[in-house]
Amino acid sequence: MFEGLFTALRDEGVPVALDEWLMLHEGLERDLHESTLSGFYLMSRAVLVKDESHYDGFDIAFARYFSGIEPAGEAVDERVWKWLEENPHFLHISDDQRAKLDAMRDQLELDELLERLREKLENQEEEHHGGSEHIGTGGTSPFGHSGYHPGGIRIGGYGRWKSAVQVAGDRQFRDLRTDHEIGARDFGVALRRLRQLSTRLDGPATELDVDDTIRQTADHAGQLRLSFRRPRRNTVRVLLMLDIGGSMDDHILLLDRLFTAMHQASHFRDLQVRFFHNCVYDRVYSGVDMSPRQSESTESLLAQLDPDYKLVMVGDACMAPSELLAPGGAIDYRHMNEEPGAWWLERLEQHFTRSAWLNPHPKRWWDTIHGAYTLNIVRRIFPMFELSVDGLDQAVRHLMVRSAA
Amino acid sequence: MSTSAFRGTSDYIASPDLQAAVNVAVSLERPLLVRGEPGTGKTLLAEAVAESLGMRLITWPVKSTTRAQDGLYVYDTVQRLYDSQFGEGDPADVAKYIRLGQLGESFAAPERVVLVIDEVDKADLEFPNDLLWELDRMSFHIPETGETVSAKQRPVVIITSNAEKELPDAFLRRCVFHYIAFPDPLQMEQIVRVHHPNVEEVLLRQAMEGFYLLRELDGLQKRPSTSELVDWVQALAVAGVDPDTIVDELPFMGVVLKKQADLDIARRHMAIRARRAAMQQEKS
Repeated sequence: MFEGLFTALRDEGVPVALDEWLMLHEGLERDLHESTLSGFYLMSRAVLVKDESHYDGFDIAFARYFSGIEPAGEAVDERVWKWLEENPHFLHISDDQRAKLDAMRDQLELDELLERLREKLENQEEEHHGGSEHIGTGGTSPFGHSGYHPGGIRIGGYGRWKSAVQVAGDRQFRDLRTDHEIGARDFGVALRRLRQLSTRLDGPATELDVDDTIRQTADHAGQLRLSFRRPRRNTVRVLLMLDIGGSMDDHILLLDRLFTAMHQASHFRDLQVRFFHNCVYDRVYSGVDMSPRQSESTESLLAQLDPDYKLVMVGDACMAPSELLAPGGAIDYRHMNEEPGAWWLERLEQHFTRSAWLNPHPKRWWDTIHGAYTLNIVRRIFPMFELSVDGLDQAVRHLMVRSAA
Repeated sequence: MSTSAFRGTSDYIASPDLQAAVNVAVSLERPLLVRGEPGTGKTLLAEAVAESLGMRLITWPVKSTTRAQDGLYVYDTVQRLYDSQFGEGDPADVAKYIRLGQLGESFAAPERVVLVIDEVDKADLEFPNDLLWELDRMSFHIPETGETVSAKQRPVVIITSNAEKELPDAFLRRCVFHYIAFPDPLQMEQIVRVHHPNVEEVLLRQAMEGFYLLRELDGLQKRPSTSELVDWVQALAVAGVDPDTIVDELPFMGVVLKKQADLDIARRHMAIRARRAAMQQEKS
């Protein structure tokens, strides 16, 4: 049953597994949806969707499978909207009345309902409020708004008694999609994955080592010897290099959030942050204002940092080709670089075992954007990911893969 | 269904979505995973479910150091070693040193109980996976005593999460899921009325307006939630603030916004608004 919904969900990228599908059918058998479409909507959502960012995809799939929602909205012409907007009546309905209506409702099939709506749209000549048949407000007809009809179609107004298909058509969970909305918190969640636990670090031994305690106690002829060990800690160290200024200004909000998330993720063993403008050359900066006083040579930085630091580069990688490929190409004219930027990027990439480049431009633009030429050169040097929650997630996975060495 | 359906309680307003999710989880005997912004009443939900279904509530608050094992049982080795050394108690009786954790307790209970595993995402990533088998089978084995604890009645399991960490897929597949969205003004009004049944109509309306205005400000570090509004209404009512001034002056703003940076944003916003109002007055 409902296999079409299953496929529609998968098409929308909602990961539905077979166990969940079976769970849904178990629910159907027990009539947990109370044989209503809205009940089915709520039940299937609770069982099939495990992440609020997929609520929207679910709504789209649901609306498409129980189709005909969008067409109904489009077919409503101006004349009808006018009736509905100009003189809204609100239906005040007591719980008793509602129960009565619920009991005697003619639960129409959606097709039939839409057919009737189509008829009404063609034939209804004037406003009609508070009734039970025509399009209008504050009545118990299935069409219009501010009234009550179980399983009706709301046209305009605000949902008061929402029913399933319409709610799905509303797409009220659009804001929760992860491929759009990115907050510091979401970044934080992705960053949590950057961890590698080990007991080999320094620190006070505070955890009771039961096995060793028993061994030691046995060795001392039964005299209790407590043995402690160091708790496990995250060993991941991160070098974050940010492109600031120029073309990156457009992404300042996004960067700010990433930065906040990085700093809040207090679980790193060490977090180093450096700045550069467009491309890295022989010097990197530790202050946002990029004053030479707060700079150090890139080589000495590499010498200080162990290759097991995870290198995270953030930048749009869009620049003039000379900035990347020619000696003396640095955008800052006071700065004369002997070697082209690309060499420095390669040097960085080779020094660290794992590295990733985060690009604030959406991936689909990478081939066509102004600056695509340099972007694609950089992309050949560094594995590049887009700076979205999903992209960061992939980048983090990439960083955590253990190298063969 | 053996138990009656959950419809919320007199002091816990549950949306129809939430009611459906709870009832599906209860009758399919699956854990219910509830996620939502901090302060949307996830933990209160468990209390409400327990109250409305007339079951005992067992709470297992999860911390960053919590391990799955802690919820099953704890074998107090140190006490046993101590006893054996100093001859107190009876170290030969292993069972004496086994204490059931919250999950174990909820299995062992003779009646059906509600178990809430609170803030599951606080713990290690592997934590939920470690519980899969036990939650599926509703039983576990204690090797020290050779005893198997299995549920006499499958408890109603409610798991809350702040979405600080992603949960493993295998775990998610076994759960019924509900996301508690932030209440819209209509629901919010109901909720505040539950806490303050006698609040003045005007005051409540003005406070709500001010609250949503503050909540929607750009760049807040911690957006205020339901409990802040409830406290604020209380503060406003007790101080006898003139309702007409609430939206303009936002008194006791510190009750709503808890961070200095957030307060600064709000003050800046108020200053801009005041200037705009003054300009409009000049014009008219």
